[in-house]
Amino acid sequence: MSFSFADVDSVRKGLSDVQYLADEGIAGVVYLAERLQKPVLVEGPAGTGKTQLAKSVAEATGARLIRLQCYEGLDESKALYEWNYKKQLLRIQAERQGEDPEGEGMWQQIEDDLFSEEFLLTRPLLEAIRAAEPVVLLIDEVDRVEIETEALLLEILSDYQVSIPELGTVAASQIPLVFLTSNNTRELSEALKRRCLFLHIDYPDLDREKEIVLAKVPGVGESLADQVARIVRSVRQIELKKAPSVSETLDWARTLVLLGVEHIDADTAAETVNILLKYRSDIEKALKEFASSDEDFAAPVATS
Amino acid sequence: MKVEPATSPLLALLAGFISELRAAGLPVSLTENLDAMEAIQHIPIEDRDAFKYALAATLVKNHAHWRAFETVFEVYFSLRGAEYDLIDGEWPEGMDLSDFVDGMDGQQRRQGGGGGEAMSAEQLAEMLFQALMRGDDALMRAIARQAVQRYAGMEPGRPVGGTYYLYRTLRNLDLDGVLERLMDQARQDAPGDLTPLEERLERDEFEARVDQLRKEVEAEIRRRLVADRGVEAMAKTLRKPLPEDVDFMHASREEMMALRRAIYPLTRKLAVRLARKRRHGRKGPLDFRNTMRHSLSYGGVPAEPKFRYPRPAKPEIMVVADVSGSVAAFARFTLHLVYAISNQFSKVRSFVFIDGLDEVTSFFEGVDDIGEAVHRVNAEADVVWVDGHSDYGHAFEVFWERYGKDVGPKTTVMILGDARNNYHASQAWILKEIEHRARKVFWLNPEPGAYWDTGDSIVSEYGVHCDGVFEVRNLRQLEGFVENLV
Ligand SMILES: Nc1ncnc2c1ncn2[C@@H]1O[C@H](COP(=O)(O)OP(=O)(O)OP(=O)(O)O)[C@@H](O)[C@H]1O
Ligand SMILES: [Mg+2]
Repeated sequence: MSFSFADVDSVRKGLSDVQYLADEGIAGVVYLAERLQKPVLVEGPAGTGKTQLAKSVAEATGARLIRLQCYEGLDESKALYEWNYKKQLLRIQAERQGEDPEGEGMWQQIEDDLFSEEFLLTRPLLEAIRAAEPVVLLIDEVDRVEIETEALLLEILSDYQVSIPELGTVAASQIPLVFLTSNNTRELSEALKRRCLFLHIDYPDLDREKEIVLAKVPGVGESLADQVARIVRSVRQIELKKAPSVSETLDWARTLVLLGVEHIDADTAAETVNILLKYRSDIEKALKEFASSDEDFAAPVATS
Repeated sequence: MKVEPATSPLLALLAGFISELRAAGLPVSLTENLDAMEAIQHIPIEDRDAFKYALAATLVKNHAHWRAFETVFEVYFSLRGAEYDLIDGEWPEGMDLSDFVDGMDGQQRRQGGGGGEAMSAEQLAEMLFQALMRGDDALMRAIARQAVQRYAGMEPGRPVGGTYYLYRTLRNLDLDGVLERLMDQARQDAPGDLTPLEERLERDEFEARVDQLRKEVEAEIRRRLVADRGVEAMAKTLRKPLPEDVDFMHASREEMMALRRAIYPLTRKLAVRLARKRRHGRKGPLDFRNTMRHSLSYGGVPAEPKFRYPRPAKPEIMVVADVSGSVAAFARFTLHLVYAISNQFSKVRSFVFIDGLDEVTSFFEGVDDIGEAVHRVNAEADVVWVDGHSDYGHAFEVFWERYGKDVGPKTTVMILGDARNNYHASQAWILKEIEHRARKVFWLNPEPGAYWDTGDSIVSEYGVHCDGVFEVRNLRQLEGFVENLV
C-alpha cells in the first residue's frame, strides 16, 4: 500500500500547492484518514472550506472526485444504484418480438439478464466503490438527509462495500478517501459518528485567513490582505447573527481590489460592509462598533 | 497493526486519559478508544500538536465538548515534550535579555543576561511590554514562566486552587495597564492620529496577544500543579460540566459566554427539526369521504387516496417570567428559545416581573435579532414595584387584572421562576383561575428539584394549579421542554 502523504507536513504542503491553506488540525486529520482508512466527518460554520477541503485533497493527490450532494428526500436510487427499467422494458419487448420464448427456462434466462450489469445505473456511492483509480468521495451536507437515510451510508463507510440483492456484494477495488460535510443542522447518528474521524473547521486565525486571501484573490497586495484579515477578525468578535465566513472575506477582498482600494478607511469599510455581513441588524451593529471607539477605552480587557 | 503491550507507559496514560474524558461526560465508545490507540501509532511521539489532534479526531465527535477535551489533555499531557521541562527560572537557550531592555547599564546587562531571577520587577515588566509589542511568542512564554515562578507563590502541597495563583500572578503583571501602554505606544508610532477604526484594530491585536500571555500563565500554573499533585487529582479538580449541562443559576462568567454562544446554533437546530417534523407529520388517517368524492372523476375507482390533515390549532403562548437576579439568565435563555421558534405558535406574548409586571411583547416584534431584544428587556422593562425583591403574588395580581381577559382556551401559559416569594402572599387562587381558562399552564423552575419548597420556595402551592412543573436547569432540559411544547 502506498500513501499519498509521507507525514502531516507533506499534507499541508500538498494542499497549499493547490491553494488550500490547512492548519495543523486539518492536515493531521487528513493524514490520519489515509493511514487509518477512515472517513472524515467535517463540521463547522458555513463557508469555512469544508467542501473545498475534499476537492483540494482530490486535486493534491490526483484522485478522481466523486460527489454525492445530499438533500432532503435523497434515497437509495439516487445515492447508490438504480435499475434502468426503461431499458429493461425494451429488452423484454425485443425478446417478445423475436422468436417465441419456449417455456420456463427461457424466462429465467431473461430475468437473469435483466438484472445484470448492463441494466445497472450506478450512482455516486457505488461508483466510488467500483472505480479502479484512486477516488476522493465527497458526501456533501450529510445533515440534510433524514436520519433513516443515514443508514444507507453505514455499510460503505465501515466496510467499503455495497450489497445489491440481485447481484451480490460489490467490494471496493481501492479504498476511497471519504469526506462527509455537515452544517450541524441536526445531530447525526451515533453510529455514523463512531465510524468517522471528526474534524471541526472553525474560522481561520489571522495569519491563515490572510494567506487564504493572498492565495485566492488575484491582484491583492500583502498590505490589503493584512487589513482585510484584521478587520474580519474584529468583526467576528462582535456578537452577530451571522459572522462573516471565509467566502465572504474573499468576496470582500475581491471587491476592494476591483475598486482599486489600497488602504481601507472607515468610509470604505462602511460602504462595502454589506458584502461581509448579510443581516441589516448585524451591519448596524458593526457600524456602530467601529464608528466610535470612545466607549471602548473604558472597557476592561476582554477575558477569554 | 502492531499494538504496544498494555504495560507501555503511554498506553497506560492514555487509558487514564480516556477514563477521565468519560468521567467528564464525553461519550467515548470502545471502538473510539481502539481508534485512538491505533491513531497515535502513526504520529511521531514528539509532535505534541499532531498527537493532540489525533486524539481529538478519534475521541471527540461533538465540538461543544472540545473545551472539556482540551482541559483534560493539558492535564494529562502537559508534562510531555522538551520545551515544557520544569526547570525553574531558566531562560531559553540563546535568549539575551539585554537585547530587549533599553536603558540598562553594562553591569545590569551582564546580570540580566544570565537568568530570570537576576532581573528586577521593573525589568520583567519592561520585557513583558517589549514581548507584547513585538508579538514574540517564545519570549512571552518565557516571561509567563518567570512571572509564575516569581509572583504566584506556589508551594508544594498547599491546598489552594489554580485560580488563586492565577490571580496573584496577573495582579502583579497589571495587564490592563500594559494594554494601555501598548496603545499609547501605537498612537505615538502612527504617522497621524489613529482613526477610530485603526484604534479598534490595534486594540484587538494587542488584546489577542495579552490573551495569549494569560493562557501561557495559566498553562504554566497547571503544569506546576500537575507536577505537585499528580494527574488524576488535578483532572478531578478541573472537571467542569459540558455547556449543555451548565446550571443557569450558577454559571460563571465564562460559562455564561459559552451558553450565549451555544444558544444560536441550538435555536437553529431546533427550528430545522420542528419544521421537518411538521412537514412529515402531515399525513393523517385516510379520509374516506373525501377519497370517494374524488373517485367520481375516476369513474368510481378510488384512485387517489385522500388523507385527513390533522389541523391542531397552533397554540398561543404567554410567557410570564421572573427576571430577578438569580433566575434572570434562565428567563433570558427561555425567552430567546421561545421566540426563536415563534412561527410554531399563532402568537407569543411575554411578560416579565420582579415585584411589578410589564408586558414586553413589543420588544420582540419585527426584530431579527432576538438576542438584542432580550437584552433590551433586561435594560428597559418596568418590573420593580416596591423593593425589587420577587413577589409572585403581586405580579400575578397585576397580570390577572390587566391581561386575565386575554387568557383563553387556546392559550398555553408558561411561568418561569424559582417560586421564591420572599414570604409574600402567594395569591395562588389566581393560578387556579388561569388554569380554568387556559389550554395548559406549565411552570418551569431553574432550581434543582431537591430545593423546591424549602425556605421561601412555594412551588407546590402554585404547582397544584399547573398541568406540569418542570425542573429546567440547563440548555439540555430547556431544549427538551420546548420541543415537547410544540
Ligand atoms: N483553507 C482554505 N484555503 C483556501 N480557500 C479556502 C479555505 N477555506 C475556505 N476557502 C474558500 O472559501 C470558500 C468557501 O468554502 P467552502 O464552499 O468549502 O465552504 P463550506 O465550509 O463547504 O461552506 P458551506 O457550509 O456553506 O457548504 C471557497 O471559495 C473556498 O475556496
Ligand atoms: Mg459546503
